[in-house]
Amino acid sequence: LGLALYAGSLCAANGAAFLYHDYCVIGAGPSGLQAAYFLQQAGRDYVVFERSHAPGSFFALYPRHRKLISINKRYTGKSNSEFNLRHDWNSLLSHDRRLLFRRYSRDFFPDADVMVRYLEDFASLLKLRVQYNTAIIHVTLERDEQAWNGHYFLLTDQDRQNYKCSSLLVATGTWVPNVVNFPGSEYVEGYETVSINPEDFAGQTVLILGRGNSAFETAENILGVTNFIHMVSRSRVRLSWATHYVGDLRAINNGLLDTYQLKSLDGLLEGDLEDLAIVKDKKGKLHITLRFYLENRNTSAGIDSITLPQDELDNFATRAPYDRVIRCLGWKFDFSIYNRSLRMMPGKGNKKKYPQIKPSYESRGTRGLFVLGTASHSVDFRKSAGGFIHGFRYTTRAVHRLLENRHHGVPWPSTVYPITQLTNSIIKRVNEASGLYQMFSVLADIILLRENATAFEYLEEYPVGVLAELEMQTGRKAPNGLFVVIMEYGRNFSGADKDVFYYNRAVGEAQHAWQSNFLHPVIYYYKHLPTEREMRLRPPDWPLPRPDAVHHIVEDFLTDWTAPNAHILPLRRFLENCLSTDLRNFFAESCFLFAFTRQKLPPFCRQGYVRMQGLVGSEGLRRHAVEAGLLEDYSLTDFSGNRAPDSYEGSQDQLLRDHTIPVRPLQHLVNAKDE
Amino acid sequence: MSAQKDRWVSSLSFLLFCASSIPTQGSARLLQELSPQEYFGSLQAGRASLAYFSPNGSPGAQPFLEQIENSAEALQDYGISVVKVNCPKEDVSRYCGKENSLRKAYLFRGNMLIREFPTDALFDVNSVVANVLFALLFNEVKYVETLADLQNIENALKGRSNMVFAYVPATGTAEHRAVMEAAFVYGTVHQFVLTTEATLLKDAGNDEPDVSSARLLFCHCQRATDLAQPCRRTAMGQALTMLNIHRHLKLMGAPLVTEVAEHPEKVSTVHLQLGLPLVFILSQKETYEADRRTAEFVAWQLLGKAGVALLSRDLVDLNILLRSNVALKTPDEGVPIKYLVLEDTDEVITLVEDKSKVEQIQEEEEEDEQDEDEKENDNQDIQDDQVVEAVSRDKKRELPLEQILVLTEETFHSALLETARTVVLFYASWEAVSLAVLRSYTEVADHLKGTRGVLLSRVNCWDWPGVCTKENVTQFPAIKIYEKGERSVMYDGMWGTEELTSFIMLSRVSCPLKLATIEEAEGYLRGEFPSELSSYHHTSILGVFSTATSEAREAFEEAGNILSGHVTMGMYFEDDALALSRKYAVSPPALLLGRSGGRSVEGIALSKQSAQDVVRMIRYELLDVFPEITVQNLPRYLQLRKPFLILFSDGDIGQMESKEMLKLAKGRPQQAFVACWLNLKRTPVGRGVLKAYFATVPSLPLLVWVNLHAGGQVFKFPSEQTITETNILSWLEKLKAGLEIPSSTLSEEDWKPPLPAYDFLQMMETAVPELPLHTSHRHGDTPARRPPESPGGDTTVREEPPQETKAEKVGSPGRDLRGTAPRLAAREKQGKRHSEL
Repeated sequence: LGLALYAGSLCAANGAAFLYHDYCVIGAGPSGLQAAYFLQQAGRDYVVFERSHAPGSFFALYPRHRKLISINKRYTGKSNSEFNLRHDWNSLLSHDRRLLFRRYSRDFFPDADVMVRYLEDFASLLKLRVQYNTAIIHVTLERDEQAWNGHYFLLTDQDRQNYKCSSLLVATGTWVPNVVNFPGSEYVEGYETVSINPEDFAGQTVLILGRGNSAFETAENILGVTNFIHMVSRSRVRLSWATHYVGDLRAINNGLLDTYQLKSLDGLLEGDLEDLAIVKDKKGKLHITLRFYLENRNTSAGIDSITLPQDELDNFATRAPYDRVIRCLGWKFDFSIYNRSLRMMPGKGNKKKYPQIKPSYESRGTRGLFVLGTASHSVDFRKSAGGFIHGFRYTTRAVHRLLENRHHGVPWPSTVYPITQLTNSIIKRVNEASGLYQMFSVLADIILLRENATAFEYLEEYPVGVLAELEMQTGRKAPNGLFVVIMEYGRNFSGADKDVFYYNRAVGEAQHAWQSNFLHPVIYYYKHLPTEREMRLRPPDWPLPRPDAVHHIVEDFLTDWTAPNAHILPLRRFLENCLSTDLRNFFAESCFLFAFTRQKLPPFCRQGYVRMQGLVGSEGLRRHAVEAGLLEDYSLTDFSGNRAPDSYEGSQDQLLRDHTIPVRPLQHLVNAKDE
Repeated sequence: MSAQKDRWVSSLSFLLFCASSIPTQGSARLLQELSPQEYFGSLQAGRASLAYFSPNGSPGAQPFLEQIENSAEALQDYGISVVKVNCPKEDVSRYCGKENSLRKAYLFRGNMLIREFPTDALFDVNSVVANVLFALLFNEVKYVETLADLQNIENALKGRSNMVFAYVPATGTAEHRAVMEAAFVYGTVHQFVLTTEATLLKDAGNDEPDVSSARLLFCHCQRATDLAQPCRRTAMGQALTMLNIHRHLKLMGAPLVTEVAEHPEKVSTVHLQLGLPLVFILSQKETYEADRRTAEFVAWQLLGKAGVALLSRDLVDLNILLRSNVALKTPDEGVPIKYLVLEDTDEVITLVEDKSKVEQIQEEEEEDEQDEDEKENDNQDIQDDQVVEAVSRDKKRELPLEQILVLTEETFHSALLETARTVVLFYASWEAVSLAVLRSYTEVADHLKGTRGVLLSRVNCWDWPGVCTKENVTQFPAIKIYEKGERSVMYDGMWGTEELTSFIMLSRVSCPLKLATIEEAEGYLRGEFPSELSSYHHTSILGVFSTATSEAREAFEEAGNILSGHVTMGMYFEDDALALSRKYAVSPPALLLGRSGGRSVEGIALSKQSAQDVVRMIRYELLDVFPEITVQNLPRYLQLRKPFLILFSDGDIGQMESKEMLKLAKGRPQQAFVACWLNLKRTPVGRGVLKAYFATVPSLPLLVWVNLHAGGQVFKFPSEQTITETNILSWLEKLKAGLEIPSSTLSEEDWKPPLPAYDFLQMMETAVPELPLHTSHRHGDTPARRPPESPGGDTTVREEPPQETKAEKVGSPGRDLRGTAPRLAAREKQGKRHSEL
């Protein structure tokens, strides 16, 4: 009791000093502003804290050479705004059409300054509530049974001002430079501060540590003026066009690969940086040696006493001394501001630069704390686009929807359609949806079937990792089975050492669609919502557990999945067989015939014709259907009326002919299209 | 169908058993290789053998030898052994010595040489079997070249035995083989005659024979009594295969008319076993002889297509209509026997032929499916959606879209402000139903060309999803009519040119239209006012209100909003409203319905108050008493959920029938059923309905009762009765009392997927068996999908067995620091993971 009293008084004493908001967002970078936008649209009580005087402070400095590698494709030949977002990697989501990045830059790879200006406009035009010059330096918890999550978040800024929030959205990105410590690492210059003036490197020999885009960007800048550049890192180079991961080395930066492979003095080496040591000689040149040698020597002795590898092995690769060593090792999340009680733990293995979060983007350690943006990339690191604007703008929206449901009882937005629209609604989404396309294998559209499969409910872009919790997370019910619509690359196609240009890499025929290699839609069918256990035990590299049935829509060179026979027909057959119904369209005349000759009607007639919305069709179309043998023409059989009409026979013959001669004259073109 | 197939298979295996029981035992090896001495020593009297001689040590490269070897198995079934005789090098005997003889095969019976075959006669298994059997069955199969020869044989057979006459375009073909194989089995029963002369076929009763395809005719010479007349012939309709010939001969061998004294349910004949229908002629003691002649006549017509049985009703207690005279039993199990009243033998034949035609097609399809799995897949990717297929067949045609304005996100709102009414079609350019509607829409545009105050436009939602979402269009197609700066109406009628045109025209006038004077009101009822609608509407609805009844008026106005475009509604509430309504014997609030140009005006009191009630009432009142049912108006009557009494007519119905039916429809309490008529000229699909009910189109006019919503029974009004109100009523009484037997019952079947889908799950499992698709694969409880396995956590390496991946990766770090200490150091540190590069 005494303890409770004490706690209560403390709260009362400090209460006046707290500024309360339902939602606090840390960081006014792209994901922080994106979250703010959705909170604002929903009319929520929120604030964004930004330590700088303007949004996007990271972009004010980085990338150092100012060229963004996110594409700004201004022309796609299409006017569909949703589709065009697939190729606009810089815009944030909003209703304001002025806030499209193509209105800000004409460059395919825009300048980072434009991003800063864009973010400033985004915050000001949308009147987002951002509190600048506020650096949150400490975050802790205050237990309270009444709070949404059983605790409040207490934030302290650099001026000791305290803030109290029910939910905390961390959008701080990864901005702490990665450093390696080895003997001699004091001679290494960091990417953050190294000169970007190529003149400063004229006639120098440079060693770059790291093999990411920042390392190659740095090399690209000085490639023309250095003696040579060597680049060392533990892992082999991963090219984004081979891995289909936008965070790997992009072609725009890979000039050094050229000069290396053409033996123009530059080179790549693999080696563990932790084995490395650097010694400086009297002339100021930097020599590479191994920690292994140093450990066995008296380190206080001069350079002359240190063994260099070339002393033992006179063709040692990096025996030439360097003028400069530059560290370009990327960034990590700032864990330092969180109190231990929040249990913000780094991820495991290659994800240790990110905090541990669940597939719902909620922290594993603290309920109510969500990580957004680049810092949330552990969910799909090296797989999808969750670490980049064009990906996390969608995951941020997903988090917002989860929060709306959890805290405000607003269920996940959905649309209910009659079952006749099932094929159409899938085709529409896979052809234009940007969130599905960018966040492949991570965000999925969910189709919840209503009883007797007469209608369905369509939910967009749900994080598929928490599929098992769907009912709880969305406020929607799934008692009658569901479809999950997701995009995938071929399972064995992408990879650092894969040849992605081999012949016949593209599948052209619908019946082999499951072997499609390039990004293509996949539809999973479950009779019941998968359980947590099934999610946990799913096959490795499967985004989802084993379904009751699965359908792949065959990959398409143009990513246009609207072909009636190759794309829509197989999809319809799949849906029909899952639902055990007939999803064909019928002209009114056919429905009329069925109405008089069958006790039951197909869904299309039931939901259209019977409700006086039958498809009468023009005369020309009906004639085509008759020619195809899919509609019988009874009008030519006038006379006595008891002979088998010729036209009937004719149409059946047509049907048979069609069966024997499938119309696929362009088959070879289909197969050869990618070669 | 599968039961039928079983029967097929069993009769085929029986046949093969017959064939294979002939050879003696001891054929352990199909192709024997013997020396000349061994071979000639082993020849048994009466045993046939086919031999070819091969010099020892020669590579035996002649391809024809392969064909002979392949034929060994087939020939063995007929007791013919195939022997390869290896000639020793020095042998110079008759068969081995000459170079020439090595290119031949020799057929022996015992040690007698029957024929030598040049290699070019034995090009494949079919030709080997056909030619060998042809040589052996010299007596059983006569080869004829002239018509005279054929007639001689035919005449000789008359009254004694039947003849099987086959035409093949060439010998050595598959058809030839089939004929010979059949002759092997049936040669002792029937005389086989073979020809390759197409002219013989022409005289054999085929006017335009297709000389490229083989034909087989069964000539009923055994029954032939008149020597001057040729024997009756029955052509085999199917392709010449062993199985089909066997089936045909079986059918020909069956009795022409089977006399039965059992319930048809229990009767089975060879026809049913072979998958053909059986027609029962239902006879009575008094007419038995005449019926027997009828049955025989029908049986000849149906020979090879169906069996005919004669059943005397006196012997069996059948619970069927007394009038029924024919029954049809189909081989499909579970299909009930149909009892019919037919007037003409032609009807019987049509009944069977239509059926078998359909079945034959289905059968062929099924056989195709069985032949190859590939075929089945082919069907799967053939479009079976009539709308999609029709639209894609039409896609090359350029649509006349000039009249229709294309709207975009930018122009949408400004365009709506320019014209009094803007019709907008929201569609998706990839969606078939949308495109079908777009075609009708162009026709609408054509109709409305020059109409002032109406702008037709379209928005492609695939280009401009934002507009469609904002306008609350979630499905395609959708049509909305926007009134300048005001409300919009969603079109909810039929997607047809006429309906849409009329909707657009009707919605130009406000609904309900406020009428100012009693003259206007009267003109309105006559359909003359407003003038722009005079050609469009059928029934005018006028609400008459006294100024006091504002509640009813509000409901009426709201109903007008709902029905806008579908009906024309006017309202009148001036001071003399009372006088107007009195004229039609009602008092306000009331509805006046002016039908057919004001010739009849009906007054109905408006007692119901809610808008929905008024809507329901108006909709009901707009239904005709005895409508002509059409594709377009059926749904309105379907909603009544009543049985239908339909008078099918080829063209307009007669005045008498029309009068009687109208009397019936008006006289009866209307809740009981929908009385309507169907004009086959205007609604040809009605013919399809009749076919479904009666298998053939019966004589018209025809009155049919259909229990659409309860049980689906179809009853046919007796054609010998005239269509009068009394007759119909007494017939309906009998129906109600269950005294009539339904002609057919509508299928209750659900709409299942027309074809299977690709089973990708199964394909994955077959192709990549190691793929751990089954959830039994335990992966520990770690949420990580797989542990990092290579330096830098190369997680995109997929599906290789992880073991190998690891083995390969060991030693790869530091490869470029070739042969150096770092590599050694690195190897030791393999276990430690470096995450950050």
